[in-house]
Amino acid sequence: MLTFVGLGLYDPKDITLKGLEAVRTADVVYAEFYTSPTGARTIANLEATYGRRILPLEREDLEERAEDGILRQAKSKNVVLLSGGDAMIATTHVDLRLRAMDMGIKTRIVHASSISTAAAGLCGLQSYKFGKSATVSPPYGGVISSVPYDTVRDNRARGLHTLLYLDIGMRIAYALELLESVERERGEEVLKHSLMVGIARAGSDSPVVKADYMAELKRYDFGDPPHVLIVTGELHFMERDALRKIAKAPVIPAGR
Amino acid sequence: MATRGKKAAERVKLLMDKTERIRNIGIIAHIDHGKTTLTDNLLAGAGIISKELAGEQLFTDFYYLEQERGITIFAANVSMVYHHKDEDYLINLIDTPGHVDFGGDVTRALRAVDGAVVVVDAVEGAMPQTETVLRQAMKENVKPVLFINKVDRMINELRVDAREMQTRLARIIDKVNKLIQGMNKEKYKEWKLDAAKGNVAFGSALYNWAISVPTMQSTGIGFKEVYEYCTAGNMKELAEKCPAYVAVLDMVTEHLPNPLDAQKYRLPVIWHGDINSKIGQSMINCDPNGEVAFMVTSISVDPHAGEVATGRLFSGSIEKGKELFVSGLYKKNRVQQVSIYMGQERVEVERVPAGNIAALVGVKDAIVGSTLSSVEMVPFESIKHYSEPVVTVAVEAKSTKDLPRLIEVLRKIAKEDPMVRVEINEETGEHLVSGMGELHLEIITNRINHDENIPIIVSPPIVVYRETVQEHAGPVEGKSPNRHNKFYFEVEPLDPAIVDKIKAEELTVGKDRVVLRDKLMEAGMNKEEAKNVVDIIEGNVLIDMTKGIQYLRETMELIQEGFRDVMTKGPLAREKCRGVKVKLVDVKLHEDSIHRGPAQVIPAVRNALLGAMLLAKATFLEPMVEVFISIPQNLFGNVTRELQSRRGQILDMQTEGEMISVRAEAPVAEMFGFAGDIRSATEGRALWSTEFVGFKPIPQALFVEKVLEVRKRKGLKPEMPKPGDFLS
Ligand SMILES: Nc1nc2c(ncn2[C@@H]2O[C@H](COP(=O)(O)OP(=O)(O)OP(=O)(O)O)[C@@H](O)[C@H]2O)c(=O)[nH]1
Ligand SMILES: [Mg+2]
Repeated sequence: MLTFVGLGLYDPKDITLKGLEAVRTADVVYAEFYTSPTGARTIANLEATYGRRILPLEREDLEERAEDGILRQAKSKNVVLLSGGDAMIATTHVDLRLRAMDMGIKTRIVHASSISTAAAGLCGLQSYKFGKSATVSPPYGGVISSVPYDTVRDNRARGLHTLLYLDIGMRIAYALELLESVERERGEEVLKHSLMVGIARAGSDSPVVKADYMAELKRYDFGDPPHVLIVTGELHFMERDALRKIAKAPVIPAGR
Repeated sequence: MATRGKKAAERVKLLMDKTERIRNIGIIAHIDHGKTTLTDNLLAGAGIISKELAGEQLFTDFYYLEQERGITIFAANVSMVYHHKDEDYLINLIDTPGHVDFGGDVTRALRAVDGAVVVVDAVEGAMPQTETVLRQAMKENVKPVLFINKVDRMINELRVDAREMQTRLARIIDKVNKLIQGMNKEKYKEWKLDAAKGNVAFGSALYNWAISVPTMQSTGIGFKEVYEYCTAGNMKELAEKCPAYVAVLDMVTEHLPNPLDAQKYRLPVIWHGDINSKIGQSMINCDPNGEVAFMVTSISVDPHAGEVATGRLFSGSIEKGKELFVSGLYKKNRVQQVSIYMGQERVEVERVPAGNIAALVGVKDAIVGSTLSSVEMVPFESIKHYSEPVVTVAVEAKSTKDLPRLIEVLRKIAKEDPMVRVEINEETGEHLVSGMGELHLEIITNRINHDENIPIIVSPPIVVYRETVQEHAGPVEGKSPNRHNKFYFEVEPLDPAIVDKIKAEELTVGKDRVVLRDKLMEAGMNKEEAKNVVDIIEGNVLIDMTKGIQYLRETMELIQEGFRDVMTKGPLAREKCRGVKVKLVDVKLHEDSIHRGPAQVIPAVRNALLGAMLLAKATFLEPMVEVFISIPQNLFGNVTRELQSRRGQILDMQTEGEMISVRAEAPVAEMFGFAGDIRSATEGRALWSTEFVGFKPIPQALFVEKVLEVRKRKGLKPEMPKPGDFLS
């Protein structure tokens, strides 16, 4: 059996009780840290907190060598795979689950909280008002992906908020620079006039939540990653109030 | 060179500023046609060496191995003054090597000069290397004049009569004219060789005499008289009446251009910046007061001064202490010394003005081909040589204490000679050195052993192969490791005519896609494909045949990276590929760029292409040479035997009197040791040369053996790779 266990948001204690039980009763416990940020987790502090030996997995172990490794073991043993956030947040996990099913392996999921809901909660935005999300990735060979920008634009056209994940280790200031350069190339001004919310270290004891416009947000010191970014769409008056009080937003012109 | 040389150097300095009286020339020819012997004559005429020794001293062959073997290995610079019609002229001359292995030196020398004296052996006529060096000159817009040498042999060895002699000489002129015409119709109109015009001279460099139509008019000595002097064995008197240097240097000063005229039409060919810019105009006008624009055409190491960068100054003046940008580095170097050449000696001067060939000390970051300038500028076009290093040896220091120094020396050699490729392997200590041929490598390893005093072990030479495909395959699917992206490729052989065009014109995918499309279509590619070529490397193309795939643009760079990776390390044995047409026919991409980064796309593309090439019957191409041999008829059998045992094929044969000349083609791999074997097979009577002609498929019978041989050498699994190794 293969049990996907979510570790939750930030540190070893964000796991659920059910998750902890699964870890303690498993034959083998693996962890992968490449689909979501590690936060304050390390293999060592997970092992110390859970009292189990935990084996780290690389991307290739899941993508290329799973059939000969983790999946083969899961045929006869109780195997747990730990990952940051919710257990099924990355497409890789879905893919692995499908491959397990193809091999006749039973699978189980133990959920945990994930940034995709925590982000909205932390700043007071309403989760049903979010559109598609996207990831800001570093440019390669000078090419900056325009997907995050297009996603924001499409969402805003329909009045929806956008949650932008940042590549592991990326900071809000850099992400904004990338988005801005796409906007400049397009000759548009969508981002310039959007209120945004930056969130750092969600789930920790000292999360930072700050709402502002791009120019100011770029200069704001969020501290260490993980960071995420929300570009707001149309704001309900409750949301506006929340952003003012919780996220220290500047005065928001009416109609926005 | 003592005082004679010093005096000459003083006169040179006086002339450097008189641009219209400068001639920058190269002596170019097929091997052994007499370039160095002729250069001796010119130097003697200018008083740099003694007249008695001219033709025997081989002054510009100053490296001991050049003297020992009687061939030129390094292009040599020398400046001299010639007095003509009451005026002094400054001749900056480069004597170039004729052996194909050192052809890169000729190519580079031709960037530095404006005119070329093409030397042709009267008996052998225009040979393949004559054509090659002439083509390179025409490509650089370097104007040729002709010197037909060894006319004494025609008379004394071939024993032709005076009339026959003239017919044969005329035939040589015709042949060279045809070559020029074929290379550049426009320029031919201006530059046509015509004895009556005076841009052709005839003579014997060894016996120090020469004539041309203008000298015939002043001396009254024509072909008939020459014939009589030669048959009477009285060439000494002929040399007094008609010294070779007069006929040749008269021709040079009258018919080859000065830098002022030459730079006007050469610049657009060798520099692709804006002609109307300040630096552009300064170069067009060869302005000594403009900003500095200098191109490095050779680098050598002087035991005292260190690295010396020699090249052509196209604009401005260089003096000691000048700070110059080195192209591509955005960094300045300070010139510590400026000098000109007098044979093997450099003579330091205060300053060198535009239009001259100069040597600089202190520009440490420069490599051959660097542009040095006082303001940042578009660099000069790079100097491309037509053939490539295809022969490799492994070298290893005999004693471990020499390990670090060997690496240092190898790096130095690679810097001085752009035709050498060095692959350093610090782990095994076995370094790979690739060069143009056996002789080239022999000179290099000899230099390490003797000049640098590092005892080394040298492996037998091996050749490099190219990998290509013989059939069509695909669409083949390549999946990214995360399974979120799929790429579909077809591969097939690229038409040889297109490969040749790509190589000959150095086609790359640049800004102007329309020009590229038209060029590819001229070579026979269909329009649909030609307009969608997104990458070209090593004679392979990547074509994007997909339509309207979202975010493909963001991924194309990565697809190209995968493509280039495979094209430089093919599926069979990681040799470079050639003549492979890759078509991207469909793509399925994950929307989020995080799921289609380099770690996902590159392996997907690589595996698909490696597998597809194997499915398309990948094979090896091997480097080939044409071999030209001229021998007495009775030895013909020995020569054919020698060729046949080396997988050689005779392409053409021509008899001329006693002699027969054979043109054959053979793999480079089989030609190792040919020099010794042909000598013993023909009692040393064969005159021969080779020329690199490109790559051809390896015979099927040798295919597996050669692939495994290379795999073993590279430490790859000693098994034939299968499509399944790369495709799932
Ligand atoms: N009979 C005769 N022999 C000549 C003449 N000129 C040169 N030679 C001989 O031809 C051979 C080659 O002469 P080089 O001057 O070294 O020829 P090269 O063109 O400089 O040779 P590479 O630089 O090696 O290509 C020598 O043995 C010369 O003595 C000539 O006019 N008549
Ligand atoms: Mg020579």
